[in-house]
Amino acid sequence: MADLALGRLGANPIEAILNRLGFWTLTLLAASLVPTPARSLLGLSWPIRLRRMLGLFAFTYGTLHLLFYVGVDQGLDVALLAKDVAKRKFMTVGFAAWLTLVPLAVTSTDAWVRRLGFARWKRLHRLVYLAAILGVLHFVWRVKADLSRPLVHASVIGLLLAVRLLPARRARRASHPSAAA
Amino acid sequence: MRRFRPDVGERDVTPESLWLRRREFLALGAAGAAGLVLPRPARAGEPTGAALQIARRVEQAGGEDPTPWDSVTTYNNYYELGTEKGDPSRNAGTLRPRPWSVAIEGEVARPGTVGIDELLRWFPLEERVYRMRCVEAWSMVIPWVGFPLAALVKRVEPTSRAKYVAFRTLQDPEQLPGQRRAVLPWPYVEGLRIDEATHPLALIAVGLYGRVLPGQNGAPLRLVVPWKYGFKGAKSLVSIRFQKERPKTTWNEAQPSEYGFWANVNPDVDHPRWSQARERRIGEFFRRKTLPFNGYAAEVASLYTGMDLRREY
Repeated sequence: MADLALGRLGANPIEAILNRLGFWTLTLLAASLVPTPARSLLGLSWPIRLRRMLGLFAFTYGTLHLLFYVGVDQGLDVALLAKDVAKRKFMTVGFAAWLTLVPLAVTSTDAWVRRLGFARWKRLHRLVYLAAILGVLHFVWRVKADLSRPLVHASVIGLLLAVRLLPARRARRASHPSAAA
Repeated sequence: MRRFRPDVGERDVTPESLWLRRREFLALGAAGAAGLVLPRPARAGEPTGAALQIARRVEQAGGEDPTPWDSVTTYNNYYELGTEKGDPSRNAGTLRPRPWSVAIEGEVARPGTVGIDELLRWFPLEERVYRMRCVEAWSMVIPWVGFPLAALVKRVEPTSRAKYVAFRTLQDPEQLPGQRRAVLPWPYVEGLRIDEATHPLALIAVGLYGRVLPGQNGAPLRLVVPWKYGFKGAKSLVSIRFQKERPKTTWNEAQPSEYGFWANVNPDVDHPRWSQARERRIGEFFRRKTLPFNGYAAEVASLYTGMDLRREY
């Protein structure tokens, strides 16, 4: 963002901004997947306090990325967006990823956890896994030939999803019963 | 005196990390509002490099403003020097445009290898101001310096078996480190049908803005075909081969459903992943309509009469 004010975004600043917003969306989303395994595998509980904020930041950046594309890159041509989302695979999954995050953002508050009950809320928020996968596909399908950058996100997110299949560290759980929830 | 009751709770406190970055967030908002997403005005980015002697000037971009030197030389697609737009200008130092020779090969009466400095003496140099349209839907106006490809073709006397001309880029991972990864099937090859190669608009460019061509733009010589997408303009040429068969071109080999041999700029034929109807002229805020054959329809459309340009993309 300092780059923006300083004009260091290069010859095509609109493209540069769009790409950066997308990069941060996916990166923040990946970061929001870290606290849960950090607790279940490493016994760390402080990252959980950051989880909601990371998720909401990811949603914010995702919304900015979408709005920037529609509003700035394509000059508010909503008809064009509708056609694009239908026709271009990478945009379909990108838009679907954002849509998936909407209910998660809405229900991110404590009030909603209470309203849904923790078990249901937890099940709903597993949708973040779908959003992350769709986000990675969006990135992979967008690049022209060099897959190295989207594959970094793909591997990190893949790892963070796979790690949830590992058994939690029972020893920690047993000796710290108050760490539950 | 009433007891002070705060109406904000712990939860409403702005997270510290956000608070610490508040100026950036405000700047983003203000920038968006003030339209600072507009590209920075053309600085006095003076062209650098040795000056070339220019015999005549031809303006063929409808009088539109040329794209500033800074943009032309720092926003490049040259994957052999890195796949980000800023990579080629940063990494061009490894490319050595001297000594350099070009092999003229295949179905010609006068094949041979010519050193670049001798080749530069074969024809007087012209400045040609052309539009350049990338397949990614951005475009520029570039004042190239070079000589017509047609003049070269005439001089080397292709035989009647020469139906196509193939252009090959240098293959040397030491000079072009991007070739260490198989991002594309190196070496980069492009091609033209013989009537496209002899068309007056096709150019062999050796310079830009009156100066010697920078590495990131394809030093020491490259192909420029302004009515086709930019990827047809092969850079850092080492071979020009005349042949009977249509050459297998690199982007077509890498992604055949997206990049064809012909690659004529056509707003009615979309790339599978994005529309080709509009483009972003570098330096402008709003997109503009893409023109058939990049605005050169009057000069080149006749080369393709009878061809289904949707199929032959």
